[in-house]
Amino acid sequence: MSEVKRRIVVPGERLPPNVVVREREHEYVYEEEGVKYATVIGLLDERGENPVFVPLQSIYIPKPGDVIIGLVQSIGIMNWYVDINSPYVAILTAQDYLGRPYNPQIDDLSRYLPVGSYVKVKVLAFDRTRNPLLTVRGEEGLGRITKGKIVEVDPAKIPRVIGRKGSMLQMLKEETGCSIFAAVNGRIHINCPNPEIEPILVLAIKMIEEQAHTSGLTDRVKKYISELKVIRGVK
Amino acid sequence: MGKVSMKLINEEGLRHDGRRPDEMRPVTMEVGVLSNSDGSALVSFGRTRVLAAVYGPREPPQRYMILPDRALLRVRYHMAPFSTSERKSPAPSRREIELSKVIREALEDIVLTHLYPRTSIDIFIEVLQADGGTRTAAVTAASLALADAGIPMKALVAGVAVGKIEGVLVLDVDEIEDGSGEADMPVAAAPDIGKITLFQLNGVLTREEIERGLDMALNAIQKLVEMEKEVLRKKYTFNV
Repeated sequence: MSEVKRRIVVPGERLPPNVVVREREHEYVYEEEGVKYATVIGLLDERGENPVFVPLQSIYIPKPGDVIIGLVQSIGIMNWYVDINSPYVAILTAQDYLGRPYNPQIDDLSRYLPVGSYVKVKVLAFDRTRNPLLTVRGEEGLGRITKGKIVEVDPAKIPRVIGRKGSMLQMLKEETGCSIFAAVNGRIHINCPNPEIEPILVLAIKMIEEQAHTSGLTDRVKKYISELKVIRGVK
Repeated sequence: MGKVSMKLINEEGLRHDGRRPDEMRPVTMEVGVLSNSDGSALVSFGRTRVLAAVYGPREPPQRYMILPDRALLRVRYHMAPFSTSERKSPAPSRREIELSKVIREALEDIVLTHLYPRTSIDIFIEVLQADGGTRTAAVTAASLALADAGIPMKALVAGVAVGKIEGVLVLDVDEIEDGSGEADMPVAAAPDIGKITLFQLNGVLTREEIERGLDMALNAIQKLVEMEKEVLRKKYTFNV
């Protein structure tokens, strides 16, 4: 059975020496004297050529270039403090967002981005000695999110929501007709032309999060969506 | 307090609650018991019941607390007012402050704090019912809660105390044995990486007794860590 080849490992458990870890998840494997250990609870998949270790939970650490979804937490004099689902609170400067010089005496930042608004931003700089700096420049579609819904999942599950070569995301888009953006910090922005299909998509994403480690998930999610559509009478 | 006159080891060599000297109290472990925290665990050693909740890594509440090269590990060990037979004042006592430090040091070498500089990882430990061995139960619960929170750590830790009563070394001392025994030696360790992270001794033991007691404790810790692993695996094993 395939179950024997896939097992849950816990912190302190030895991993095979040729274990493969996904990008930006290297901190979840600890090496001492040539022996590799898992540092968090994860899944070890030994079916392929090389065993793969996938953590079941992860903590989002910003990397310059990441396009993420932030939530405005508070407003400073010249900047916004943005919650990016990470241990570090990010900074978005007024000058960057407005694209012009900003004078706090005559202008009010809460007019542009009040506390509680979501922004699609890019990480400009982060080096662990300073908090991450965000920007809305340099890429299409960055800025305040005014329509749709944000679904939060664990950052470790985002690769599964996207799927191999984007297969899962493609299927979700085709089945629901919504636009979906899955950010690496675990926030997914969905925007549906048909408001009735929105809750179905949310349920489907939650299903992916819960069953991320299982195989044949794309087909099951597809079936689940069509079943929900019938039950709810959505076309 | 004066010595209790009851015999703590009977003629058959059994302890006051019927345990053999090298026998632990029944241990139960549960993870993910609280939904507001990032990770949590409830551990009981016989009548001792300890709840641990972990938050973080997150921004420290005060900027002056920031450590530039690693995460700040904050531990608060607290006994609930109803945890003892006589009401305990809820204000943190000298003993609780000291135990918070001891438990923090037992976990500091295990948690990979260097991965998250300038953040804080907060561990709250609440003793719900105290019947001896609360610090070792607290270390065990905190270790489980950290794993549940997904905080990278080198290995799982567990703790147990060895005591000496009426000249006999006994494992996992309870309140009565602790109060009238000759010595109490709490130990916590991470067997996977072969490290002892907490070692205290209250009372007098000979060198040979310490060695024997340590062996007893480490054997028990090995079993406790296996149990922790089992509990964690069970929580995350799905049957799809």
